[in-house]
Amino acid sequence: MNDLSPDDVQAVWLTLKLAGVTTLLLLLVATPLAWWLAFSTRWYRGIVAACVALPLVLPPSVLGFYLLLLMGPHGWVGELTQALHLGRLPFTFAGLVAGSVIFSLPFAVQPIQNAIEAVGMRPLEVAATLRANAWDRFVSVALPLARPGFLTAIILAFAHTVGEFGVVLMLGGNIQGETRVLSIAIYNHVEAVEYGAAHVLAGGMVLFSFLVLLALYLVGGKVRVGR
Amino acid sequence: MSSVQASFRLQRGSFVLDAGFVAPGQGVTALFGVSGSGKTTLLRCIAGLERAPGTLRINGETWQDERTFVPVHRRPLGYVFQEASLFPHLSVRANLEYGYRRVTPSLRKVQVEQVVEWLGLSQLMARKEAAQLSGGERQRVAIGRALLSSPRLLLMDEPLSALDAGSKQDILPYLERLHRELQIPVLYVSHAMDEVARLADHLVLLERGRVSASGPLHATLARLDLPLAQFDDAGVVVEAELAQHDEKYSLSRLDFSGGHLWVGKVAQPFGTRLRARVLARDVSIATQVPQGSSINNILNARIEAISDSGPDKVMVRMLAGESQALLARITRRSRDQLGLHEGMYVCAQVKSVALM
Repeated sequence: MNDLSPDDVQAVWLTLKLAGVTTLLLLLVATPLAWWLAFSTRWYRGIVAACVALPLVLPPSVLGFYLLLLMGPHGWVGELTQALHLGRLPFTFAGLVAGSVIFSLPFAVQPIQNAIEAVGMRPLEVAATLRANAWDRFVSVALPLARPGFLTAIILAFAHTVGEFGVVLMLGGNIQGETRVLSIAIYNHVEAVEYGAAHVLAGGMVLFSFLVLLALYLVGGKVRVGR
Repeated sequence: MSSVQASFRLQRGSFVLDAGFVAPGQGVTALFGVSGSGKTTLLRCIAGLERAPGTLRINGETWQDERTFVPVHRRPLGYVFQEASLFPHLSVRANLEYGYRRVTPSLRKVQVEQVVEWLGLSQLMARKEAAQLSGGERQRVAIGRALLSSPRLLLMDEPLSALDAGSKQDILPYLERLHRELQIPVLYVSHAMDEVARLADHLVLLERGRVSASGPLHATLARLDLPLAQFDDAGVVVEAELAQHDEKYSLSRLDFSGGHLWVGKVAQPFGTRLRARVLARDVSIATQVPQGSSINNILNARIEAISDSGPDKVMVRMLAGESQALLARITRRSRDQLGLHEGMYVCAQVKSVALM
């Protein structure tokens, strides 16, 4: 088990970095979105909800294909990033992050939305009548009451990003140190009939995923019992 | 200018709230009406939880008008919801102190210990989880939590309706105590006349989103032109003073401006102010002082008005003494046989008195 090549180590780190950055960004994006979906009564709420859920049912290759077009030199995201002198996103780490955020969006939004809906308007109204402003209400009431939803969102978004393959393949290709994440590295090993190396990475991924989930569930369970 | 002035308009589907009233700047004002009459919606508008066009002035301060909308968290109000809605993630103490900690110390008008004493919460303070409390205990904590935010207006939305009869009886004395000790106006939403008769000083009657009457409790309850007079439990409230005991028969005498009433013995000191409810169906009328009657309470009164109340009944409003109104629901036939008319002096026989 000690034949982990430097390239493979780099792939592992890149994957963890991608999953971490993606999860962090997702929390920032998904929380207001989930909040809006939970409480909005606008007619277009259903349309937004359907768009958010789309990555759940689309094959990753389809999603990746359209993201590639969108971020490419003639896509409007691509034109925007070029106009802002940010270059093009495909085949960069930033491009992978952008793709991952969209790909994993429903996995972060839905648990948070469900939790916020379960908390309901009432505790927030109570807090408002007790002098808490909007931010205070969010931090002191919504966040602690919806915590299981946030934990689930973190677990799912992280795990889902670690295991991502199709979108990465379409968007990021296979550039070592930039876009070659674990799943691609495993694929390469298998293609090259390096089953030993593939085993180390794949087995490690299974173990790692299990430990992360176990740790979070244990922490989550303990917190619930303690309150 | 010590008053609560509220006026709001709000449309929700087919329901239209178009309600305005002026209530005293102190004491308990009941917002009374059947389910669906818009009481809770009106209360939510007053709190700022519903954003409806309107005006709201509390003791001279404008909280809302055409140009102003003070957001909920900047309105110095306390709101007690129908269900206690304690924060499940906080302890009893943290729940109580939630609003208190958000009020600038120099603006705090009550201290935690004081409220704990008022509402008998000391036993509950040690409890870690708010979820373990009984319904009545939870509602007491919720009331204490609202009071500790030093409100200048207390809003209560049927705080007793989710409780069983026993918890209700436990909590009512605390509400009466608040009524006596609080110097702020209280708006109390209810559809239960017994609670209103017990706690309120002023009555705002809501019907299908509109205010159909607003006035002092005693006078409004005695009005014959309101639907209140058609209720089975129509009646008046008598504010009286405990004056004498009859130890032998275990009775107590309550004095009021229109005479006195004997009731079952009340174990409280003389001079205690008590509220009693006299229902129209428990009052009968005699044109002469009845002889050989088992009824203890006979009051001299003058008929002020008579109006129909159903096909066979009439409602008679009388005045006992200078200011105490009484209602009697009698048959139309009795009215004609006795030749009752306005201005006539009669004896009102009170068959039962409900002490509150």
